[in-house]
Amino acid sequence: MAGTTPLPARRRRRFDGVALLLVCLVLWQAVASWTNGIAVSPPLVALAYLADLMGQGSFWGHVGATFAAFLMAFVLSAVLGLLLGLVLGVWRFAGEVWEPILAGFYTIPKVTLYPVVLLIAGLGMSAKVAFGVMHGMVPITLLTLASIRNLSPTLLRTARVLRLPPSRIIAWILVPSCLPDITAGLRIGFSLSLLGVLIGEMFSSQRGLGFLLVSGMAQHNVPLTTAIVLLIVVLAIAANTLMLRYLKF
Amino acid sequence: MNRGRAVFLVRLALLVGAVVVLEVLCRNGVIDSLAILPPSEMFDAMIERVGSGDLNEGMAQTFSTIGIAFVLALALGTLAGAVLHRVPRLRAVLDPLLASYYSVPTFIFYPLLVAIFALGKTPLVILGMMSATPAVVISTLSGLDGVPPVLLKLARSQRLGRLRTLCWIVLPQALPRLFSGFKLALSYALIGVIAGEFLLSGTGLGYAISFAYQSFDNRAMYGAMLFVLLIAVTANGLLYGWEARLSRRRSRQ
Amino acid sequence: MRGVVRHYAGPPLVHALGPIDLELARGAFFAVVGPSGCGKSTLMDVLCGLAKPTSGSVRFEGKELHGEVPDGIGVVFQEDSSLAWLSVRQNIAFGLRLSWLPKREVQDRVEHAIGFMGLSQFAGHYPAQLSGGMRQRVCIARTLVLRPRLILLDEPFGALDQQTRLLMGDELLRLWRETGATVLLITHALDEAAMLSDRVGVMSARPGRFIDVVETGWPRDRDSRVVSDPHFGELTARLWSSLRPESMKTLGRVA
Repeated sequence: MAGTTPLPARRRRRFDGVALLLVCLVLWQAVASWTNGIAVSPPLVALAYLADLMGQGSFWGHVGATFAAFLMAFVLSAVLGLLLGLVLGVWRFAGEVWEPILAGFYTIPKVTLYPVVLLIAGLGMSAKVAFGVMHGMVPITLLTLASIRNLSPTLLRTARVLRLPPSRIIAWILVPSCLPDITAGLRIGFSLSLLGVLIGEMFSSQRGLGFLLVSGMAQHNVPLTTAIVLLIVVLAIAANTLMLRYLKF
Repeated sequence: MNRGRAVFLVRLALLVGAVVVLEVLCRNGVIDSLAILPPSEMFDAMIERVGSGDLNEGMAQTFSTIGIAFVLALALGTLAGAVLHRVPRLRAVLDPLLASYYSVPTFIFYPLLVAIFALGKTPLVILGMMSATPAVVISTLSGLDGVPPVLLKLARSQRLGRLRTLCWIVLPQALPRLFSGFKLALSYALIGVIAGEFLLSGTGLGYAISFAYQSFDNRAMYGAMLFVLLIAVTANGLLYGWEARLSRRRSRQ
Repeated sequence: MRGVVRHYAGPPLVHALGPIDLELARGAFFAVVGPSGCGKSTLMDVLCGLAKPTSGSVRFEGKELHGEVPDGIGVVFQEDSSLAWLSVRQNIAFGLRLSWLPKREVQDRVEHAIGFMGLSQFAGHYPAQLSGGMRQRVCIARTLVLRPRLILLDEPFGALDQQTRLLMGDELLRLWRETGATVLLITHALDEAAMLSDRVGVMSARPGRFIDVVETGWPRDRDSRVVSDPHFGELTARLWSSLRPESMKTLGRVA
C-alpha cells in the first residue's frame, strides 16, 4: 500500500507521525515538570534509568518472569480458545448456549476473582498464568466461534460442488476464510493475557514487571515506575503494530 | 422460537447445575472449603454484608466514582469522536494510536496516577476514564461514518439546518453504534475503577474484597465478591437487553 | 407561475457535465437516459440545487437557484433513503416536520400519501420489515406530502426487479396525472424512459450533454401496457441507436 501512495502524502504522513510523537513527549515532560518529578520522571530521566536497569541482572530476572508467565498464558489461551471456539462454532447448539455466558464473563471485573485464583493455585507462577488465561482465552473463543458460524454457506456449497474432500475443505476454505477474525481474536487475546499477568503481579507477587511497578511506587522510586511503564507501553504498542501489519489476510 | 427456548433452558440448567455441583463438592470436602465457600454460604455472606451496612460507604464510593468516570468518558469521547470525524488529517494521525490503545494495559498507569493525584477518588476516576473513553471515541467515529451520504442529501433537499440534520438524521442513524460504545464504556469504567480499588486504595467495593483477602476473612471476601459480580452482570445485562431492543426494530425482516 | 426549469452547467474540475440546455414545461414528464458515469446524477444534483453549476444557471419558476433546494421541488434518490428508526407513517410525515402547517392538514396529507402509494397495511411497520420496492414507495410518499410542483427522481427503481419496476412505473404515471406536477426521471433503463415519459433526453458519454431528444407521443392516459404497442419497440430502438456508441465509449474507457 505504501508503494501506491503518492510521495507528498507519504511525507506528510511521516511528518504527522513525528509530530504526534513530539506532542506526546512534550506532554509527558510537562506533567513531569508540573509535579517536580516527584510523581512522574521526565522522559530523559526515565530513559536513562531504563538503560541503567538493562545493565542489571536482577532486572532481566523480572523481565524473564513476566515473559515466561505471559508466554505460557498466551499459548494456553490460544490453544484452549481455538479448540473451544472450533467446537462451539461447529456444534451450533452448544455455541448458542455458551456464547452469552462467555460474553458475560468477558465484561465482568475479573480482578475480583483473583483472590479465588490465589486461594486455589497459591502464590506464584501458576496463579499469574491462570489469571492471564482467564483474560485471554474468552475473546479468542468468541471470535473463533463467530468466524466459523458466519462462514458463508455459498462457499461451503461451492466446495461441495467441486467435490473437495473434508481435509481440503478445511485447508482451502475454512482456514483461509476464518483467518482474519481468528487473528483479530489472537491479537486481543495477546493483549488481555498480558494484562492479566501484569495485574496478577501488581496485586501479589515478588517477581515480574508488575511487581517492579508497584514496588517502585511503594519505595518512592519514581524513575523505576516511570521506566517500567514506558517499557510496557512501548512493547505492547510495538507488538500490536507488528501483528496488525503482518497478520493481515 | 422453540430452539431459542431450548437454548435458554439448557443454558439455565448448565448454570444451575454448576452451582449445585460446586455446592455438593464443597460440602463433601472434595474442594477445600477454606479455599472456596459453598455457593449457599457465599450468598448468605453477601446478604449479611449488604444487610449489615458495612458495604454502604464502599458502594457509595465505587458507584459515584464509576458514574463520574462514565459520564466524563461519554462527554469527552463523543466530543473527540466528532472532532476527529471533521478533521481527517488529525484522524489519520491518531488512528494507529486508537487501534493499539487497548493493547496497553491501562492499569500500569495507575501507580503514576496515584503518585500525581494522591490516593483517593481522582486517580480512580481518571483510570476509569482512560479505560472507557477510547471505546466511546471509536464507536462515535464508526457511528458517524455509518451515516449514508444519501441521508445527508435528503436533509439538504428538505432544507434542514445543521442542528436539525444532527438531531433528526445523524444522531438517530448513529444511535445503535453509539449505544454499543456506551455499553462497552460502562463495563470498562466499572472494570477500571474496581480493579484500581482492588490494587491500591482505601475505599470502595474493590478495596473491600482485597482487604478481606489480606485479612484472611474468606467469608467477607466471598460475600463482597458475589455482590460486585452480581451488580456487574445485572448492569451489563440491562444494557445488553436495551441494545437488543434498540436494534431489533431496524433489523427485523 | 411560469413553470419553467432551465439550466446550463459548465464543467467542474472533472469535466462531468455539459454544456447542457434544458427547458421543462409545467406538467411535462421528461426522462433522461445515458450511459453509466455520464453525469446523470450530477445533472440531478445541479437541477435540484444540491450542487452549484460551475458556470451557467438553473432557474425554477423564474428564480435562480443558489446551492439550495427551493420550496416546490421534491427529490427521490437512487439509494434507499428511508429512515430506519421511524415507522412508515413517521417517515412520510418527516418531510412536513419543518412546515408550519396545522396538525390536521399534516395528518390529512400523510394519510392521503399512504393511501395513494398503497402503504395502508404497512403504516405502522418499520423500513427493515419492508421490501426494497415498498421502501422506495415510502420515499416517494415522503416527497409527495410536500406537494412538489417539480419531482426529480434519480434512478428511483434502480435497485428493484423488472416486474416491480414496471408496476412502480404505473404508480409514477398515476401520481404524475393526479398531482399535475412536472416530473423529471433519470434512469439507465431505456424501456422505462420510453414507456413513461413525454420526451426522452439521451445523454452522451462524459462530459454528458444531450445528443438527442425524442418525443414519445403517448397519450397522457397511459400505463405499462404500452410496451405491447409496436411504437414502443421503435422508440426503444431509436433510443438505443443513439445511445449505443456512447455506451461503447464508456465501456472502452472502463476496460
